[in-house]
This record gives sequence, structure tokens and C-alpha cells, in this order.
Amino acid sequence: MSNDPTHQFLVNKIVPIEIGGIDFSFTNASLFMVATVGVAAGFLYLTTSQRGLIPTRLQSVSEMSYEFIASMLREGAGNHGMKFFPMVFSLFMFILTANLLGMFPYFFTVTSQIIVTFALAVFVIGTVILYGFYKHGLGFLKLFVPHGVPGVLLPLVVAIEIISFLSRPISLSVRLFANMLAGHITLKVFAGFVTSLSALGALGIGGAILPLIMTVAITGLEFLVCFLQAYVFAVLTCMYLNDAVHPGSH
Amino acid sequence: MFVTAAYAQSTTTEGEAHDPAAAGEVHTETGVAHEGEHGTGVFPPFDSTHFASQLLWLAITFGLFYLLMSKVIIPRIGGILETRHDRIAQDLDEASRLKGEADAAIASYEQELASARAKGHSIADTAREAAKAKATADRTAVEADLTKKITAAEARIAEIKSKALADVGAIAEETATAVVKQLIGGTVTKAEIAAAVKASAGN
Repeated sequence: MSNDPTHQFLVNKIVPIEIGGIDFSFTNASLFMVATVGVAAGFLYLTTSQRGLIPTRLQSVSEMSYEFIASMLREGAGNHGMKFFPMVFSLFMFILTANLLGMFPYFFTVTSQIIVTFALAVFVIGTVILYGFYKHGLGFLKLFVPHGVPGVLLPLVVAIEIISFLSRPISLSVRLFANMLAGHITLKVFAGFVTSLSALGALGIGGAILPLIMTVAITGLEFLVCFLQAYVFAVLTCMYLNDAVHPGSH
Repeated sequence: MFVTAAYAQSTTTEGEAHDPAAAGEVHTETGVAHEGEHGTGVFPPFDSTHFASQLLWLAITFGLFYLLMSKVIIPRIGGILETRHDRIAQDLDEASRLKGEADAAIASYEQELASARAKGHSIADTAREAAKAKATADRTAVEADLTKKITAAEARIAEIKSKALADVGAIAEETATAVVKQLIGGTVTKAEIAAAVKASAGN
């Protein structure tokens, strides 16, 4: 059915590419990844091209996102964490732009694909693990041994800490994916009600007003969710990076 | 995302066709065809058919984005912010420097004013002293001159007086001679009269 709410998440091949028997086709998802990068990088590049001492409105938007992420990372991971600034900034801008682009009707939402959010989460956790071991060696494992826990409870606490650490990439990816997916499905379902009800004649058109109001309201809510999820992803990234920079500090 | 247009299109097609088979075809084209393409009926976001492609393109696009951010955008925005920060700090320094200069100028002005005032006072004092000294000297000179003149005048008066007195003696002798002559009709010697005058003058 064309009003199938999951239809919007279908991946279609645009340019079929196959390398070594594996399908690497350029799909609509790839197209919107490219669009995301183009829009985000283009916006940041063009708005700052004046390098104005007194910023224009758009330049101050770019500067605000820079300072927003910088202060978030500094608070989350301290000054040593600032070497990860390009990573957190890229993640935030990429996810935010992908989320917002997905709000356009008929646009594909890159972040509604579990594999994409999972890959981003694995990128974050992988960075945490690699940097943690590179910087602190086996001392990084102190992360799993909190201070001031009685010896009897220690094995249990360590087990819980390890499980919680391993569940991080899952929670990080599912949070973003599920929010975008659920929001878009809800929108589509309510919008579907509008068309279904208005097909039923005058009474139906009257009844369609309610889901229409809901659709408008949820659209507003979704814009909030778009920003919020990008923010949450970036904040959690900062917290996890803090573990890599200062293991055993909590 | 929004179903409206696609759904409307689909219903119109169905309305025109009035044929269940044709309608079925439309559905096949719009929805089922894709499921057929993937060969699975799974929920699209969990469809693993395109995972490899998604991962590859995510790696390419996000990698490119990361490079752009770390090589171009972040240094640029960081530079802008730093320039502004430096400029503000520089302007503040300049402002405080200018304030210091203004304070120094005020201080030197006041100092000069004070020294000028002191100098003015000293000039006035000197002038006053000089004028006073000159006045004193003039007065002394005038007084000396006057004293001299007075002395001269007194000497002259004394001289005139003595001369006059001397003349008085002679006149008295003559007068006495004349008076005696008239009264007595006789003559008196000159020496007698002079002695008498002298005796009365001595009284």
C-alpha cells in the first residue's frame, strides 16, 4: 500500500554498484547522506566565508553551533577531551542535518536506518576503546572498577559495569534510530487519517480536522526531536569520551 | 513522510480503473514491488540487503564530512572566534592605555597648573618686595633730602634771625639816641646807648 507508514524507509537503488559480489549500490539513502554532507558543510562554509569580525546572522548560527559543541565537550570531557572536538562536532552537525532534512516531505531520513545509527555509535565507542587503551593501557580497565565498592560486591558491580558499557553502542544507536523512525511513522499515520477520513465525504472532512491538527502539532514536536536527538547523541558521546580521557574518575 | 499525494494518486488510479486487477497492479507497483525487489517482507529499516551499501556510503560521506570539518570549517570558525577575542582584548588594552594616557595628561596638567600658580605667586612676591624696597628707598631719599632742606632752612632762618637781631640792636641804638635827644634834648654818647640797649636786650 502506498500509505504504508514504513514505505518511506525503503531503500531504493539509484546507481547499482557491485564489488566482489557485495551490493554497494548508490541508493536513495546514499543520496541523502551526500545531501546531508553537502548541506551541512555548504552552510558552514558559506556562512563563514566572510570571516566577519561582526558576524552576520547566519555566521553567528555557525559560530553558535561551534561554541555550543565546544562548551558541551569541555564540560563533559574536560580540556583533554578537546582533541575530539572535530569528531563530536561532525557527529552533531551530520545527525542534526540528516534529521532536519528528513523532515521534508518525500525526503529520505538517513538516521532512521538502524545500520547508520549503529555504525555511528560503534564509531564513538570504538574511538573510546581505542583511545582508552592507547592512552592508559590496561589502566583503561579501571573504568569497570568503581571506587569505594566493598570487596564482596565488586565482582557483581564489575559485571554490571561491563554490561552497561557493552550496551552503550546499542542504546546510543537505538535511541536515535527509534526516535526518528517512530516520529516519522506517527506523522505518516496521522497524515494518513486525514486523507482516509476526507475520502468519506463531508462528515469525514469535518472529522479529518482533528488528525490534521495532530499532524501539525507532531511536525512541530518532530523538529524538536530532531534537534534533541542530535544533542543527546553529542552529549552522550562527550560522556563516553570522558571515560576514555579519565578512566576510573567516576 | 507525508502520504497525501501518493495516496491521492493511488486512489485516483483505482477510481479510473474500476478494476480489482488493475488496482492490484497499482498496489504492486507502489508497495509490494519493493518487497519483491528485496526478496524479504521485513521491516525496511531492518532489511539487511542494503547494509553493506549503507555502511560504505556512510563511511565515504561521513569520512568526507569529518575531513571537511577538521581541515576547513573548524580551523576557520576557531580562527574567526580567536580573531574576535584577540581584537576585543586588544581594544580593551588600547582603551586602558588611552585611559592611562589621559590620566597622565590630567596629572601633568595639574602639576603644571600648580607650578604655574607657584611661579605666579613667586613673581608677585618678588614684584611686591621690589616695589616695597623701592618705595622704602625713595622714601628714605626723600626724607633725607627733606631733612637736608629743613636743616638748610633752619640754618638760614637762624642766620636771618641773628642778622635781624643784630639789626634790631642797631635800630634800637638809633631809636634810643633819637628818643633821648627828643626827650632830654641833650646828647648821649654812643657808647652809653649801646650799653643800655645791650642791657635791655640781655633781659
